[in-house]
Amino acid sequence: MQPIFVWWIGEQEVSPQLMDHVRRHLAQAFERPVLPWDGGDRPRHAYDPRRKQHASNAILSWLLETGPADGKVLGVTDRDLFIPILTYVFGEAQLGGRAAVVSTARLAEDSGPFGPRVLVERLAKEAVHEVGHVLGLLHCGTGGCVMGRSPAVREVDTKSSELCAACRARLAELSGGA
Amino acid sequence: MANERTRILVVDDEEIVRESLGGWLEKDGYTVARCPDGASAIERIKAERWSILIVDLKMPGMDGLQVLEEAKRLRPDLAVVIMTAYATVDTAVAAMKAGAYDYLVKPFDPEELSIMMQKIVTQQTLVRENLVLRQALKQEYRFRDLLSKSPAMQAVFELARTAARSNSTILVLGESGSGKEVLARAIHVESPRAEGPFVAVSCAALTESLLESELFGHEKGAFTGAIARRKGKFEAAHGGTLFLDEVGDVGPKLQLDLLRVLEERRFQRVGGNEPIEVDVRIIAATNRDLKKAVQEGKFRDDLFYRLNVIPIVIPPLRQRREDVPLLVESFVERLAVEMKKRLDGVSADAMSALMAHDWPGNVRELRNVLERGAVVATGAVIQLADLGLPSKAEALPRPGALASLEEVEKRHVAAVLAHTCGNVSQAARILAIDRVTLYNKMRKYGIRRDGEQVEPPPEPAGSSSR
Repeated sequence: MQPIFVWWIGEQEVSPQLMDHVRRHLAQAFERPVLPWDGGDRPRHAYDPRRKQHASNAILSWLLETGPADGKVLGVTDRDLFIPILTYVFGEAQLGGRAAVVSTARLAEDSGPFGPRVLVERLAKEAVHEVGHVLGLLHCGTGGCVMGRSPAVREVDTKSSELCAACRARLAELSGGA
Repeated sequence: MANERTRILVVDDEEIVRESLGGWLEKDGYTVARCPDGASAIERIKAERWSILIVDLKMPGMDGLQVLEEAKRLRPDLAVVIMTAYATVDTAVAAMKAGAYDYLVKPFDPEELSIMMQKIVTQQTLVRENLVLRQALKQEYRFRDLLSKSPAMQAVFELARTAARSNSTILVLGESGSGKEVLARAIHVESPRAEGPFVAVSCAALTESLLESELFGHEKGAFTGAIARRKGKFEAAHGGTLFLDEVGDVGPKLQLDLLRVLEERRFQRVGGNEPIEVDVRIIAATNRDLKKAVQEGKFRDDLFYRLNVIPIVIPPLRQRREDVPLLVESFVERLAVEMKKRLDGVSADAMSALMAHDWPGNVRELRNVLERGAVVATGAVIQLADLGLPSKAEALPRPGALASLEEVEKRHVAAVLAHTCGNVSQAARILAIDRVTLYNKMRKYGIRRDGEQVEPPPEPAGSSSR
């Protein structure tokens, strides 16, 4: 079973606990090895000065070019992400592909007095969500499923960090090609 | 996620927009296709079924508004969302006027996009469900061309369905315009004789000798003007159903002839000797009280019993007012198709008036009133004034304005003629006078066949003025 590599590609220092938390959730959700990766470089070319955001498409291509040669790769950044048609995205993934990216930039919004803890939980959920897309899962309508659509932090908070039974079954079906 | 049935067509000349928007929607489970220009989008709209079209406003060649207009012309139920780089009021107004569901200003908020797509899907699902339910409901309330949800009519349908399977004679009783012939046709179509002919004869429309020739045919030279042999309706209906409308109006001689045919299933043409055997199922109808006619000696009791094997009584519309909205909807739909005119229904006050009206002319009168309304209506909704229904004040004598007997008679004759839509025979029957007497009264009061007055009636002495 191919491993999932998790790579911090943000500009600021990241807490090792935060990355550890993300890896643990991924391992639990997808029951496969989840390993840290660090290529040293940063996708600064993806920055769009007009929008003052990073283009997630460009980051995905860069992850494939410069990241691990095999397995799946999740880039985690503190930069705000966008796709051309939308004002922002929490993350983006190649559906059924190899790469995904997730950002902490907007996940800290409206996090209240328990800010850092809330951010950790939200990031773990969005990381599982984007890697779920990489493994071929679509958005899910089952209440609480981590693959539920989450266009705003409100939806992120209302879902769990786990896959529902239907998504787990779908994943098992798809795992032949993973 | 139940989005698999929703097919979205994304049209934008920029590949990156097509790909990022298409990819985003695909993760929501939608089936997405992408087109780089308006012309190819129109081709795909013609060729396949789409639920939603998301189209960029500014494109070389056909722009978004042109695509929108053509798409709505081809598929009026398609939800079209216009994408635009700059939000201007003019753009938004133009898009909405042309029938767009909504518009999105690029780049748009992911939440806005998700909510909009979900709203469209929910709305389209509701519309589909509504359509299916309405069709199912109509099917349940339908017996061929007859439509009713009243328990009394449901019982009529049930009896008619059962009777249709037999070969027995059926006697349909009901007021004028209640749908006796429509029921007879429905029974024929539901019967094993459906492949055979359905022949209808109105027994009231002809003199006795003409009716005899009409029913049984005649040999050449049977009477003056019989220049060739002619087959009658009984022969024409061989293998099928013969509908004898207004059978209560048949004269004594023909009553006997009919009795013989019903008993022996054979007859002779007028002026002929050769017996002709026919396989015909008889459905007779009348709005007269045949039992009373038998008691009064006006109708043969043996013929009555021959006809009255399976009596089916159609209740008048005023006794099943709950059917009025159902019938109105059905007639309006049909009129819209016949008249090639957009008709969405009737206004609330028009429906109230239709519900309140007594419908002496029954379903036929309702249809005629709606047809008039559909012709007169200037918009897509038929208004109360379009129907030309008599107001309560007109229908009833004004309190305190005591009218003479002649005045009341004149008004009543006019009203009955209006309700029978100018059918003098029917009007005479309702008034229980013969046609000649009715014509005399029409002449006296200057009333046309449609109940309108053509000339000022002579002022009856002592009558109160109107």
